[in-house]
Amino acid sequence: MESKKLLKVWEKLIETIFLICACVAILSVAVITVYVFIKGSPAIFKIGVWNFIAGQVWQPKAEVFGIFPMIAASVLGTFGAIVIGVTIGIFTAIFLAEISPKWLARFFRPAVELLAGIPSVVYGFFGLMVLVPLISKYLGGAGNSLLAVIIILSVMILPTIVSISETSIRAVPVTYKEGSLALGATHIQTIFKVLIPAARSGIMAAIVLGVGRAIGETMAVILVSGNTPLLPHALTDRVRTLTANIALEMGYASGLHQDALFATGVVLFVFIMLLNIMLNVMIRRKAGESR
Amino acid sequence: MKKPGKKRRTSDWILMFLTWFFSFLTIAVLAWILIYIISKGVSQINFKFLSDIYMPTAGKTGIFPMIVSTLDIIAVTLMISTPVGICSAIYLVEYSKPGRVLDTVRFATETLAGIPSIIYGLFGLIFFVITLHFKYSILSGALTLSIMVLPTIIRTTEEALKSVPDGYREGSLALGATKLKTVSRIILPCAIPGILTAVILSIGRVVGETAAVYLTAGFVPNIPSSILKSGRTLSVHLYSLAKEGISFEQAYATATILIVIVAVINFSATRIAGSLNRMSAGR
Repeated sequence: MESKKLLKVWEKLIETIFLICACVAILSVAVITVYVFIKGSPAIFKIGVWNFIAGQVWQPKAEVFGIFPMIAASVLGTFGAIVIGVTIGIFTAIFLAEISPKWLARFFRPAVELLAGIPSVVYGFFGLMVLVPLISKYLGGAGNSLLAVIIILSVMILPTIVSISETSIRAVPVTYKEGSLALGATHIQTIFKVLIPAARSGIMAAIVLGVGRAIGETMAVILVSGNTPLLPHALTDRVRTLTANIALEMGYASGLHQDALFATGVVLFVFIMLLNIMLNVMIRRKAGESR
Repeated sequence: MKKPGKKRRTSDWILMFLTWFFSFLTIAVLAWILIYIISKGVSQINFKFLSDIYMPTAGKTGIFPMIVSTLDIIAVTLMISTPVGICSAIYLVEYSKPGRVLDTVRFATETLAGIPSIIYGLFGLIFFVITLHFKYSILSGALTLSIMVLPTIIRTTEEALKSVPDGYREGSLALGATKLKTVSRIILPCAIPGILTAVILSIGRVVGETAAVYLTAGFVPNIPSSILKSGRTLSVHLYSLAKEGISFEQAYATATILIVIVAVINFSATRIAGSLNRMSAGR
């Protein structure tokens, strides 16, 4: 009798340990959010919300902290990357899901996965060694530019877009495709007029994840962007993104400067949170639709 | 399939062409990057490069300290995150009931996965390095990276646990085993390939991570004598070489090594995940 009771206590104890482990994730999110906000928010108010977000001059030495050029760089870079990356990515996903012969897909898919695993510094290094000189040669300027950022980010978000879009296209019920073909549509018409619209919530999710990846990218961007905290007026202008701003100056910043960098982090964090919430809403809507 | 006499619209041809074109563009870009870097880097890699210490003033530009730092940080990160991750996954799959706790943990895991690495770096800097006084160290880096890879480990282990057939659980419980015994003696061993995949994917993530490591483990190019000392991982080394423009030959070589490591990791993860699928399908 005693051993049975002991066993029950032991079991309950282990279950509690498992529960605590599961809560580590919750704890981590909470602690990270709290810390970043606590360290960053006071600075935003000290500098002035409008001055900070809309200010066009970033000069820590003069205690002027306006991050609008950085916001512009991040937004424009991400937008450009999405335009290129989503186009190429969706076509590649279509290829893998519908068009490619099986033997070819067996090489293609691991290749795309390899693309996903390459560290961002390696992309940045390639961009620095190949892309930047190319841009400099054909479009003038030093080469470090918004255009370089856009191209590198497009390549980096490709695997995300391709794999999630491919999964979504494959998840469309076969009956949709068969029905369309039976009605006389060609394969291509079926893909673009039936399958893609049917897979749109998954594709949207892929795009949101791609945006998240592009906005959060730091190292690759630092190596190709030129890092000048000025508003870009042309694709060949040097830019600095929100992430690069933080990474570059964190090493030596102190006082209000350091707090301002945390504040930049807060802005980034809020951006990403909004994206995540959008993603969750879309996923929930998708689950509701397929019922 | 061609239907005799059916006219294919021009737009069909254009779209088909674009599909093939963009797909091959994707592969071409990958090939370009790999070939370019590896061709320039492979010539620099020899035993000396891999085993020398890094002291440019003395003419020594080996990456041995970086390799050690990278291995250190991988080891410590896995030691922290794997038990926590596996236990979390076990709880989520075997013990929890659908409800608030489950939803919150899922939401937390998804959120963690979405936070950009620079924010992790900021957090790691302010929390582990400064507040907890761990200073720039392998430990700070590993703690930060543990949180980063936690979602990967939890998700992949969950998949592995879910793929174990319910019949095993029911059979074991019917034979009188307790839930704990069922989980530890039967389900976990079955899930080992999946857990292995999770570990390998996490190693890949740790190796490739730069921003968060840079802000927490520092970039001292010496062999760290303890986990409380700072160290420079391979990716941080590449960043440093590229940014300062010190030596592009070394940079190509370091990049090549990183690519090889990632390729090996990808390959092993796919192989193990494949065997997992074959195992659960054959039952």
